[in-house]
Amino acid sequence: MDDIFRSIVVEAAGIAADHPLAAVIAGRSDVMQLTQASHDAALKPEPPGGLSHAERAALACRMARLSDEEMLARHFEAMIPESGGWQAIADPAFDGTDDERTRAILRHTDLVTVDPKRAAEADIAALKSAGILEPDIVRLSELIAFVGYQVRVVKGLRLMAEAA
Amino acid sequence: MTEPITDFTTVVPFWKPRVTPVELDKASEEQLEAMKVTPSDTGVGAYVLVLAHDPQTLKERTPLFNGIMYSHGGLSRTETELGAVAASLVNRCIYCAAVHSNRYNQLAKDETVIEGIFGAGEAADLDPRQKAIFNFATKLSECPSEAGEADVRQLMDAGLGMDEIFDLVLTASLFGWANRLMHVLGDPIPRES
Repeated sequence: MDDIFRSIVVEAAGIAADHPLAAVIAGRSDVMQLTQASHDAALKPEPPGGLSHAERAALACRMARLSDEEMLARHFEAMIPESGGWQAIADPAFDGTDDERTRAILRHTDLVTVDPKRAAEADIAALKSAGILEPDIVRLSELIAFVGYQVRVVKGLRLMAEAA
Repeated sequence: MTEPITDFTTVVPFWKPRVTPVELDKASEEQLEAMKVTPSDTGVGAYVLVLAHDPQTLKERTPLFNGIMYSHGGLSRTETELGAVAASLVNRCIYCAAVHSNRYNQLAKDETVIEGIFGAGEAADLDPRQKAIFNFATKLSECPSEAGEADVRQLMDAGLGMDEIFDLVLTASLFGWANRLMHVLGDPIPRES
């Protein structure tokens, strides 16, 4: 990622290299590069641990939808493989039905995305009881937290572009 | 067992993890590199050792955090801390709110702003520039975000340049990340315990 104007957050905010804000964004090109690198680390890490790339993309799409961030939702949706039934996870109305692991992950993802102040010790305990290993609890937390960052950078940039 | 702290404070608590931290002497090369430590380093905190379970993300996040919080130019260090406090209040991250309100007070040499915010939130008696910063960071931190073009205009009217507004966007967003780790993966515990 050399051209920050082709990075996900800048493109999703609709800001091109000839925009009046281009110089402001270029002034933080290091941060924009690291934002892109963090996206790749949260969505496509190798090895992925207990959260596959497909599951991560579907969860990220779900979080973008919960955050009313349609451009990013489209970006993550395009990363979900067509086979494997992962699209269901991206639908905020889907609760995981009878799969205990998926139910626990979706419940936690929704809580921490929408209302993080309510997250408590019992919520981490619930993930553990559903059989999710501690390293995967941290991987899931980083994914949720990264998307929480990314949706706000896009929203903020878009508002700046409107006001500029 | 010591109960976690539930009220906002400027006294930095201990952070007690809810997930077992990586044991430093058992950490992989990749985890050590992500933590930026040598095997003889004994000062690594529980928070970094918990995040070392996901070294790929930790490795990118640390320089990103420093790039937003400690970069030159743009929004002042003091006002950056105010944005961090606003996000931490929305997300009720007691630990982050303590660290950054404490730092705000040190940098500003004025404790009345944080006292006002802890006591009255958005109704606190702030000057127009502080009010615009606190208001925008608070609204951007809600989910979905409640910030609008008028809130950016309020920042511009209060004298902020677009470079400063971009830094505020980055700071509030960064604490949308940090709070979701710190508040979710551990408890703030009184220091004396």
